[in-house]
Amino acid sequence: MSIGHTLLGLLESGPRHGYDLKRAFDEKFGHDRPLHYGQVYSTMSRLLKNGLVEVDGIEPGGGPERKRYAITDAGVTDVQQWLATPEKPEPYLQSTLYTKVVLALLTHRNAAELLDTQRSEHLRLMRILTDRKRQGDLADQLICDHALFHLEADLRWLELTAARLDRLAEAVTR
Amino acid sequence: MTATATPPAGSLLTAHDLRKAYGPTTALDGASFSIHPGEVVAVMGPSGSGKSTLLHCLAGIVTPDSGSITYSGREMATMNDSQRSALRRSEFGFVFQFGQLVPELTCVENVALPLRLNGTSRKEAERAALTWMERLEVDGLKGKRPGEVSGGQGQRVAVARALVTNPRVLFADEPTGALDSLNGERVMELLTEAARSTNAAVVLVTHEARVAAYSDREVVVRDGKSRDMERIV
Ligand SMILES: Nc1ncnc2c1ncn2[C@@H]1O[C@H](COP(=O)(O)OP(=O)(O)OP(=O)(O)O)[C@@H](O)[C@H]1O
Ligand SMILES: [Mg+2]
Repeated sequence: MSIGHTLLGLLESGPRHGYDLKRAFDEKFGHDRPLHYGQVYSTMSRLLKNGLVEVDGIEPGGGPERKRYAITDAGVTDVQQWLATPEKPEPYLQSTLYTKVVLALLTHRNAAELLDTQRSEHLRLMRILTDRKRQGDLADQLICDHALFHLEADLRWLELTAARLDRLAEAVTR
Repeated sequence: MTATATPPAGSLLTAHDLRKAYGPTTALDGASFSIHPGEVVAVMGPSGSGKSTLLHCLAGIVTPDSGSITYSGREMATMNDSQRSALRRSEFGFVFQFGQLVPELTCVENVALPLRLNGTSRKEAERAALTWMERLEVDGLKGKRPGEVSGGQGQRVAVARALVTNPRVLFADEPTGALDSLNGERVMELLTEAARSTNAAVVLVTHEARVAAYSDREVVVRDGKSRDMERIV
Protein backbone atom coordinates (compact mmCIF):
# COMPACT_ATOMS: atom_id res chain seq x y z
CA MET A 1 0.00 0.00 0.00
CA SER A 2 1.21 3.51 -0.74
CA ILE A 3 1.61 5.44 2.52
CA GLY A 4 2.42 8.61 0.60
CA HIS A 5 -0.85 8.61 -1.32
CA THR A 6 -2.80 7.72 1.78
CA LEU A 7 -1.33 10.59 3.81
CA LEU A 8 -1.93 12.94 0.88
CA GLY A 9 -5.54 11.81 0.69
CA LEU A 10 -5.98 12.48 4.40
CA LEU A 11 -4.70 16.02 3.86
CA GLU A 12 -7.33 16.75 1.24
CA SER A 13 -9.96 17.61 3.81
CA GLY A 14 -7.66 20.23 5.37
CA PRO A 15 -4.13 20.91 6.70
CA ARG A 16 -2.91 18.72 9.57
CA HIS A 17 0.08 18.46 11.85
CA GLY A 18 2.38 15.47 11.58
CA TYR A 19 1.10 13.87 14.78
CA ASP A 20 -2.49 14.43 13.71
CA LEU A 21 -1.78 12.74 10.37
CA LYS A 22 -0.33 9.70 12.10
CA ARG A 23 -3.34 9.47 14.38
CA ALA A 24 -5.81 9.71 11.49
CA PHE A 25 -3.89 7.08 9.55
CA ASP A 26 -3.72 4.64 12.46
CA GLU A 27 -7.38 5.09 13.22
CA LYS A 28 -8.57 4.46 9.66
CA PHE A 29 -5.98 2.15 8.12
CA GLY A 30 -3.44 1.09 10.72
CA HIS A 31 -5.52 -1.46 12.62
CA ASP A 32 -2.85 -4.12 12.56
CA ARG A 33 0.14 -1.94 11.74
CA PRO A 34 0.31 1.60 13.10
CA LEU A 35 2.80 4.00 11.48
CA HIS A 36 6.07 4.95 13.14
CA TYR A 37 6.72 8.64 13.51
CA GLY A 38 9.86 8.12 11.44
CA GLN A 39 7.76 6.81 8.53
CA VAL A 40 5.49 9.84 8.71
CA TYR A 41 8.35 12.33 8.60
CA SER A 42 10.35 10.60 5.92
CA THR A 43 7.20 10.36 3.81
CA MET A 44 6.29 13.99 4.42
CA SER A 45 9.74 15.26 3.53
CA ARG A 46 9.57 13.31 0.28
CA LEU A 47 6.13 14.78 -0.48
CA LEU A 48 7.50 18.25 0.34
CA LYS A 49 10.46 17.77 -1.97
CA ASN A 50 8.13 16.68 -4.77
CA GLY A 51 5.86 19.69 -4.27
CA LEU A 52 2.82 17.62 -3.35
CA VAL A 53 2.50 19.24 0.09
CA GLU A 54 3.68 22.50 1.59
CA VAL A 55 4.35 23.61 5.13
CA ASP A 56 1.36 25.59 6.26
CA GLY A 57 2.65 26.68 9.64
CA ILE A 58 5.06 25.77 12.41
CA GLU A 59 4.15 25.79 16.06
CA PRO A 60 6.72 27.07 18.52
CA GLY A 61 8.92 24.51 20.21
CA GLY A 62 10.54 23.03 17.09
CA GLY A 63 10.65 19.35 16.13
CA PRO A 64 9.11 17.86 13.00
CA GLU A 65 5.82 16.95 14.69
CA ARG A 66 5.09 20.69 15.06
CA LYS A 67 4.88 21.26 11.31
CA ARG A 68 1.48 21.73 9.78
CA TYR A 69 1.18 20.34 6.25
CA ALA A 70 -1.24 21.33 3.49
CA ILE A 71 -1.83 19.52 0.19
CA THR A 72 -0.95 21.38 -3.04
CA ASP A 73 -2.87 21.25 -6.34
CA ALA A 74 -0.24 18.86 -7.64
CA GLY A 75 -0.91 16.71 -4.57
CA VAL A 76 -4.65 16.60 -5.27
CA THR A 77 -3.96 15.57 -8.86
CA ASP A 78 -1.64 12.86 -7.59
CA VAL A 79 -4.32 11.41 -5.28
CA GLN A 80 -6.86 11.61 -8.09
CA GLN A 81 -4.56 9.68 -10.39
CA TRP A 82 -3.79 7.04 -7.81
CA LEU A 83 -7.47 6.42 -7.10
CA ALA A 84 -8.39 6.25 -10.77
CA THR A 85 -5.66 3.76 -11.68
CA PRO A 86 -6.71 0.16 -11.01
CA GLU A 87 -4.33 -2.01 -9.04
CA LYS A 88 -2.49 -4.78 -10.84
CA PRO A 89 -4.50 -7.91 -9.99
CA GLU A 90 -2.50 -10.04 -7.59
CA PRO A 91 -3.32 -11.98 -4.47
CA TYR A 92 -3.91 -10.14 -1.21
CA LEU A 93 -4.24 -6.64 -2.48
CA GLN A 94 -7.39 -6.03 -0.48
CA SER A 95 -5.66 -3.69 1.96
CA THR A 96 -4.72 -1.32 -0.86
CA LEU A 97 -8.19 -1.54 -2.33
CA TYR A 98 -9.76 -0.97 1.05
CA THR A 99 -7.61 2.12 1.55
CA LYS A 100 -8.55 3.46 -1.88
CA VAL A 101 -12.26 2.94 -1.29
CA VAL A 102 -12.15 4.65 2.10
CA LEU A 103 -10.11 7.56 0.74
CA ALA A 104 -12.51 7.96 -2.18
CA LEU A 105 -15.41 8.16 0.26
CA LEU A 106 -13.55 10.56 2.56
CA THR A 107 -12.72 12.89 -0.32
CA HIS A 108 -16.19 12.59 -1.90
CA ARG A 109 -14.98 10.91 -5.04
CA ASN A 110 -16.93 8.16 -6.79
CA ALA A 111 -16.06 4.94 -4.96
CA ALA A 112 -18.44 2.81 -7.05
CA GLU A 113 -16.61 3.90 -10.17
CA LEU A 114 -13.29 2.95 -8.62
CA LEU A 115 -14.65 -0.52 -7.90
CA ASP A 116 -16.02 -0.88 -11.45
CA THR A 117 -12.64 0.06 -12.90
CA GLN A 118 -10.92 -2.47 -10.67
CA ARG A 119 -13.41 -5.18 -11.66
CA SER A 120 -12.68 -4.44 -15.28
CA GLU A 121 -8.93 -4.79 -14.68
CA HIS A 122 -9.43 -8.13 -12.93
CA LEU A 123 -11.72 -9.39 -15.68
CA ARG A 124 -9.14 -8.46 -18.28
CA LEU A 125 -6.65 -10.83 -16.67
CA MET A 126 -9.32 -13.47 -16.08
CA ARG A 127 -10.16 -13.45 -19.80
CA ILE A 128 -6.53 -14.06 -20.68
CA LEU A 129 -6.32 -16.94 -18.21
CA THR A 130 -9.62 -18.41 -19.42
CA ASP A 131 -8.37 -18.29 -22.97
CA ARG A 132 -5.11 -19.98 -22.03
CA LYS A 133 -7.05 -22.62 -20.16
CA ARG A 134 -9.20 -23.33 -23.20
CA GLN A 135 -6.20 -23.99 -25.37
CA GLY A 136 -3.98 -25.66 -22.81
CA ASP A 137 -3.53 -29.15 -21.44
CA LEU A 138 -4.72 -30.33 -18.05
CA ALA A 139 -1.68 -28.86 -16.27
CA ASP A 140 -2.35 -25.43 -17.81
CA GLN A 141 -5.98 -25.73 -16.80
CA LEU A 142 -5.15 -26.45 -13.19
CA ILE A 143 -2.60 -23.66 -12.96
CA CYS A 144 -4.95 -21.14 -14.57
CA ASP A 145 -7.83 -22.28 -12.37
CA HIS A 146 -5.82 -21.59 -9.25
CA ALA A 147 -5.18 -18.01 -10.36
CA LEU A 148 -8.78 -17.62 -11.53
CA PHE A 149 -10.21 -18.67 -8.18
CA HIS A 150 -7.99 -16.17 -6.37
CA LEU A 151 -9.00 -13.36 -8.70
CA GLU A 152 -12.60 -14.38 -8.25
CA ALA A 153 -12.21 -14.07 -4.49
CA ASP A 154 -11.01 -10.47 -4.94
CA LEU A 155 -14.01 -9.77 -7.12
CA ARG A 156 -16.45 -11.21 -4.64
CA TRP A 157 -15.00 -8.91 -2.02
CA LEU A 158 -15.35 -6.06 -4.51
CA GLU A 159 -19.04 -6.81 -5.14
CA LEU A 160 -19.74 -7.09 -1.45
CA THR A 161 -17.97 -3.79 -0.81
CA ALA A 162 -19.91 -2.15 -3.64
CA ALA A 163 -23.13 -3.34 -2.04
CA ARG A 164 -22.07 -1.85 1.29
CA LEU A 165 -20.75 1.50 0.07
CA ASP A 166 -23.53 3.54 1.65
CA ARG A 167 -22.94 2.00 5.06
CA LEU A 168 -19.18 2.32 4.70
CA ALA A 169 -19.52 5.99 3.74
CA GLU A 170 -21.53 6.61 6.87
CA ALA A 171 -19.00 4.81 9.03
CA VAL A 172 -15.86 6.51 7.69
CA THR A 173 -17.19 10.06 7.61
CA ARG A 174 -18.67 9.83 11.07
CA MET B 1 -24.78 11.63 -23.94
CA THR B 2 -26.87 12.84 -26.86
CA ALA B 3 -30.64 12.75 -26.91
CA THR B 4 -30.93 10.81 -30.13
CA ALA B 5 -29.90 7.22 -30.63
CA THR B 6 -26.99 6.78 -32.98
CA PRO B 7 -26.16 3.08 -32.93
CA PRO B 8 -22.43 2.38 -33.03
CA ALA B 9 -21.37 1.31 -36.50
CA GLY B 10 -21.79 -2.38 -37.20
CA SER B 11 -23.88 -3.11 -34.13
CA LEU B 12 -26.62 -5.68 -34.41
CA LEU B 13 -28.72 -4.81 -31.39
CA THR B 14 -28.70 -1.38 -29.75
CA ALA B 15 -30.65 0.13 -26.88
CA HIS B 16 -30.59 3.78 -25.97
CA ASP B 17 -31.73 5.44 -22.74
CA LEU B 18 -34.19 2.74 -21.68
CA ARG B 19 -36.53 3.45 -18.80
CA LYS B 20 -38.88 0.98 -17.20
CA ALA B 21 -40.85 1.19 -13.97
CA TYR B 22 -42.96 -1.45 -12.26
CA GLY B 23 -45.35 0.64 -10.20
CA PRO B 24 -43.17 2.60 -7.80
CA THR B 25 -40.07 0.52 -8.58
CA THR B 26 -37.67 1.90 -11.18
CA ALA B 27 -36.09 -1.12 -12.86
CA LEU B 28 -34.30 0.76 -15.67
CA ASP B 29 -33.27 4.37 -15.37
CA GLY B 30 -31.59 5.34 -18.64
CA ALA B 31 -29.78 2.15 -19.60
CA SER B 32 -28.01 1.81 -22.93
CA PHE B 33 -26.46 -1.19 -24.62
CA SER B 34 -25.03 -2.36 -27.90
CA ILE B 35 -23.65 -5.59 -29.28
CA HIS B 36 -22.00 -6.67 -32.54
CA PRO B 37 -22.51 -9.93 -34.39
CA GLY B 38 -20.27 -12.60 -32.88
CA GLU B 39 -19.65 -10.62 -29.71
CA VAL B 40 -20.17 -12.02 -26.20
CA VAL B 41 -21.13 -9.27 -23.73
CA ALA B 42 -21.48 -9.97 -20.02
CA VAL B 43 -24.11 -7.96 -18.14
CA MET B 44 -23.05 -7.70 -14.50
CA GLY B 45 -24.20 -5.82 -11.42
CA PRO B 46 -25.85 -6.29 -8.05
CA SER B 47 -29.06 -8.20 -7.48
CA GLY B 48 -32.11 -6.11 -8.35
CA SER B 49 -30.09 -3.62 -10.41
CA GLY B 50 -32.09 -4.27 -13.59
CA LYS B 51 -30.03 -6.85 -15.50
CA SER B 52 -32.91 -9.20 -16.31
CA THR B 53 -35.20 -6.29 -17.14
CA LEU B 54 -32.59 -5.01 -19.59
CA LEU B 55 -32.31 -8.45 -21.19
CA HIS B 56 -36.11 -8.79 -21.42
CA CYS B 57 -36.37 -5.37 -23.09
CA LEU B 58 -33.59 -6.18 -25.56
CA ALA B 59 -35.32 -9.44 -26.43
CA GLY B 60 -38.68 -7.77 -26.98
CA ILE B 61 -40.29 -9.67 -24.09
CA VAL B 62 -40.86 -6.51 -22.05
CA THR B 63 -41.71 -3.13 -23.56
CA PRO B 64 -39.77 -0.23 -22.02
CA ASP B 65 -41.65 2.90 -20.93
CA SER B 66 -39.30 5.01 -23.04
CA GLY B 67 -36.07 4.77 -24.99
CA SER B 68 -35.30 3.04 -28.24
CA ILE B 69 -34.20 -0.45 -29.22
CA THR B 70 -32.92 -1.13 -32.71
CA TYR B 71 -32.40 -4.63 -34.04
CA SER B 72 -30.67 -4.95 -37.37
CA GLY B 73 -31.63 -1.36 -38.22
CA ARG B 74 -35.29 -1.77 -37.26
CA GLU B 75 -36.86 0.11 -34.36
CA MET B 76 -38.59 -2.46 -32.13
CA ALA B 77 -41.25 -0.01 -30.97
CA THR B 78 -42.60 0.14 -34.52
CA MET B 79 -43.23 -3.62 -34.63
CA ASN B 80 -46.52 -5.13 -33.50
CA ASP B 81 -46.77 -8.08 -31.12
CA SER B 82 -46.83 -10.74 -33.78
CA GLN B 83 -43.83 -9.24 -35.57
CA ARG B 84 -41.96 -9.16 -32.29
CA SER B 85 -42.78 -12.76 -31.44
CA ALA B 86 -41.78 -13.82 -34.96
CA LEU B 87 -38.48 -12.08 -34.36
CA ARG B 88 -38.02 -13.91 -31.07
CA ARG B 89 -38.80 -17.26 -32.67
CA SER B 90 -36.58 -16.92 -35.71
CA GLU B 91 -33.72 -14.59 -34.75
CA PHE B 92 -33.31 -14.99 -30.98
CA GLY B 93 -32.43 -17.90 -28.73
CA PHE B 94 -32.93 -18.09 -24.95
CA VAL B 95 -31.28 -19.89 -22.06
CA PHE B 96 -32.40 -19.25 -18.49
CA GLN B 97 -31.27 -20.45 -15.11
CA PHE B 98 -33.72 -23.36 -14.93
CA GLY B 99 -37.14 -24.73 -15.66
CA GLN B 100 -37.19 -24.25 -19.39
CA LEU B 101 -37.44 -27.77 -20.81
CA VAL B 102 -40.89 -29.25 -21.38
CA PRO B 103 -41.05 -32.20 -18.96
CA GLU B 104 -43.40 -34.31 -21.11
CA LEU B 105 -41.10 -34.24 -24.14
CA THR B 106 -37.87 -36.18 -24.62
CA CYS B 107 -34.62 -34.23 -24.81
CA VAL B 108 -34.41 -34.44 -28.59
CA GLU B 109 -38.05 -33.34 -28.90
CA ASN B 110 -37.28 -30.41 -26.61
CA VAL B 111 -34.34 -29.34 -28.74
CA ALA B 112 -36.38 -29.78 -31.94
CA LEU B 113 -39.33 -27.80 -30.57
CA PRO B 114 -38.37 -24.29 -31.81
CA LEU B 115 -37.95 -25.67 -35.34
CA ARG B 116 -41.27 -27.52 -35.15
CA LEU B 117 -42.96 -24.26 -34.06
CA ASN B 118 -41.47 -22.62 -37.13
CA GLY B 119 -43.06 -25.28 -39.33
CA THR B 120 -40.09 -27.61 -39.95
CA SER B 121 -41.00 -31.29 -40.41
CA ARG B 122 -40.45 -33.56 -37.45
CA LYS B 123 -37.79 -35.63 -39.17
CA GLU B 124 -35.77 -32.64 -40.29
CA ALA B 125 -36.16 -30.84 -36.97
CA GLU B 126 -34.92 -33.84 -35.01
CA ARG B 127 -31.98 -34.31 -37.35
CA ALA B 128 -30.88 -30.72 -36.76
CA ALA B 129 -31.58 -31.16 -33.04
CA LEU B 130 -29.26 -34.16 -32.87
CA THR B 131 -26.44 -32.27 -34.56
CA TRP B 132 -26.62 -29.60 -31.87
CA MET B 133 -26.90 -32.20 -29.13
CA GLU B 134 -23.70 -33.79 -30.42
CA ARG B 135 -21.91 -30.45 -30.30
CA LEU B 136 -23.02 -30.01 -26.72
CA GLU B 137 -22.11 -33.61 -25.93
CA VAL B 138 -25.61 -34.67 -24.89
CA ASP B 139 -26.70 -36.72 -27.93
CA GLY B 140 -26.65 -39.80 -25.72
CA LEU B 141 -29.63 -38.40 -23.82
CA LYS B 142 -31.93 -37.98 -26.80
CA GLY B 143 -34.64 -40.41 -25.61
CA LYS B 144 -34.62 -39.28 -21.97
CA ARG B 145 -37.02 -36.84 -20.42
CA PRO B 146 -35.74 -33.71 -18.59
CA GLY B 147 -36.60 -35.27 -15.23
CA GLU B 148 -34.18 -38.11 -15.96
CA VAL B 149 -31.04 -36.03 -16.65
CA SER B 150 -28.72 -34.06 -14.35
CA GLY B 151 -28.81 -30.28 -13.98
CA GLY B 152 -25.67 -29.83 -16.06
CA GLN B 153 -26.93 -32.15 -18.79
CA GLY B 154 -30.32 -30.43 -18.82
CA GLN B 155 -28.63 -27.05 -19.20
CA ARG B 156 -26.62 -28.29 -22.19
CA VAL B 157 -29.85 -29.57 -23.74
CA ALA B 158 -31.32 -26.11 -23.16
CA VAL B 159 -28.33 -24.50 -24.88
CA ALA B 160 -28.77 -26.86 -27.83
CA ARG B 161 -32.42 -25.87 -28.02
CA ALA B 162 -31.54 -22.18 -27.93
CA LEU B 163 -29.09 -22.61 -30.80
CA VAL B 164 -31.05 -24.98 -33.03
CA THR B 165 -32.67 -22.17 -35.02
CA ASN B 166 -29.27 -20.57 -35.68
CA PRO B 167 -30.24 -17.39 -33.83
CA ARG B 168 -28.45 -14.12 -34.50
CA VAL B 169 -28.65 -13.27 -30.80
CA LEU B 170 -28.50 -15.66 -27.88
CA PHE B 171 -29.91 -14.31 -24.60
CA ALA B 172 -28.63 -16.12 -21.53
CA ASP B 173 -29.76 -15.10 -18.03
CA GLU B 174 -27.58 -16.80 -15.40
CA PRO B 175 -27.22 -19.88 -17.62
CA THR B 176 -24.86 -21.54 -15.15
CA GLY B 177 -26.53 -20.24 -12.00
CA ALA B 178 -27.71 -23.67 -10.89
CA LEU B 179 -24.54 -25.58 -11.79
CA ASP B 180 -21.31 -26.38 -9.95
CA SER B 181 -18.15 -24.76 -11.29
CA LEU B 182 -16.97 -27.65 -13.45
CA ASN B 183 -20.35 -28.05 -15.16
CA GLY B 184 -20.84 -24.31 -15.36
CA GLU B 185 -17.54 -23.84 -17.13
CA ARG B 186 -18.18 -26.66 -19.55
CA VAL B 187 -21.55 -25.13 -20.45
CA MET B 188 -19.87 -21.74 -20.98
CA GLU B 189 -17.13 -23.25 -23.10
CA LEU B 190 -19.60 -25.08 -25.33
CA LEU B 191 -22.01 -22.15 -25.46
CA THR B 192 -19.41 -19.58 -26.48
CA GLU B 193 -17.74 -21.96 -28.93
CA ALA B 194 -21.06 -22.69 -30.59
CA ALA B 195 -22.04 -19.02 -30.69
CA ARG B 196 -18.68 -18.01 -32.15
CA SER B 197 -18.87 -20.66 -34.83
CA THR B 198 -22.21 -19.26 -36.02
CA ASN B 199 -21.25 -15.60 -35.45
CA ALA B 200 -24.18 -15.19 -33.06
CA ALA B 201 -24.10 -12.38 -30.51
CA VAL B 202 -24.48 -13.43 -26.88
CA VAL B 203 -26.03 -11.29 -24.14
CA LEU B 204 -24.87 -13.01 -20.98
CA VAL B 205 -26.32 -11.95 -17.64
CA THR B 206 -24.17 -13.28 -14.82
CA HIS B 207 -22.96 -12.33 -11.37
CA GLU B 208 -20.07 -14.80 -11.55
CA ALA B 209 -16.72 -13.40 -12.60
CA ARG B 210 -15.45 -16.73 -13.89
CA VAL B 211 -18.48 -16.96 -16.17
CA ALA B 212 -18.06 -13.34 -17.28
CA ALA B 213 -14.45 -14.18 -18.17
CA TYR B 214 -15.85 -16.00 -21.23
CA SER B 215 -17.12 -12.67 -22.58
CA ASP B 216 -15.38 -10.12 -24.77
CA ARG B 217 -16.39 -7.18 -22.58
CA GLU B 218 -18.71 -6.36 -19.72
CA VAL B 219 -21.49 -3.89 -19.13
CA VAL B 220 -22.25 -3.06 -15.51
CA VAL B 221 -25.81 -2.26 -14.45
CA ARG B 222 -26.32 -0.39 -11.19
CA ASP B 223 -29.60 1.17 -10.04
CA GLY B 224 -31.05 0.73 -13.52
CA LYS B 225 -28.19 2.59 -15.21
CA SER B 226 -25.68 0.85 -17.44
CA ARG B 227 -21.98 1.42 -17.77
CA ASP B 228 -20.08 0.04 -20.72
CA MET B 229 -16.64 -0.57 -19.27
CA GLU B 230 -14.81 -0.79 -22.57
CA ARG B 231 -16.28 2.31 -24.14
CA ILE B 232 -15.76 4.42 -21.05
CA VAL B 233 -12.26 3.40 -19.99
N1 LIG C 1 -42.44 -8.11 -13.25
C1 LIG C 1 -42.04 -7.28 -12.28
N2 LIG C 1 -42.94 -6.68 -11.48
C2 LIG C 1 -42.55 -5.84 -10.51
N3 LIG C 1 -41.27 -5.51 -10.24
C3 LIG C 1 -40.33 -6.07 -11.01
C4 LIG C 1 -40.65 -6.99 -12.06
N4 LIG C 1 -39.50 -7.37 -12.64
C5 LIG C 1 -38.51 -6.74 -11.98
N5 LIG C 1 -38.99 -5.96 -11.00
C6 LIG C 1 -38.20 -5.09 -10.11
O1 LIG C 1 -37.30 -4.34 -10.90
C7 LIG C 1 -36.01 -4.29 -10.30
C8 LIG C 1 -34.98 -4.89 -11.25
O2 LIG C 1 -35.24 -6.28 -11.35
P1 LIG C 1 -34.38 -7.28 -12.26
O3 LIG C 1 -35.06 -8.59 -12.24
O4 LIG C 1 -34.15 -6.66 -13.59
O5 LIG C 1 -33.01 -7.33 -11.44
P2 LIG C 1 -31.70 -8.25 -11.69
O6 LIG C 1 -30.56 -7.30 -11.83
O7 LIG C 1 -31.95 -9.20 -12.78
O8 LIG C 1 -31.58 -8.99 -10.27
P3 LIG C 1 -31.06 -10.51 -9.95
O9 LIG C 1 -29.55 -10.47 -10.03
O10 LIG C 1 -31.50 -10.70 -8.53
O11 LIG C 1 -31.68 -11.43 -10.92
C9 LIG C 1 -36.13 -5.01 -8.97
O12 LIG C 1 -36.34 -4.08 -7.97
C10 LIG C 1 -37.34 -5.89 -9.16
O13 LIG C 1 -37.98 -6.13 -7.93
MG1 LIG D 1 -32.13 -11.33 -12.85
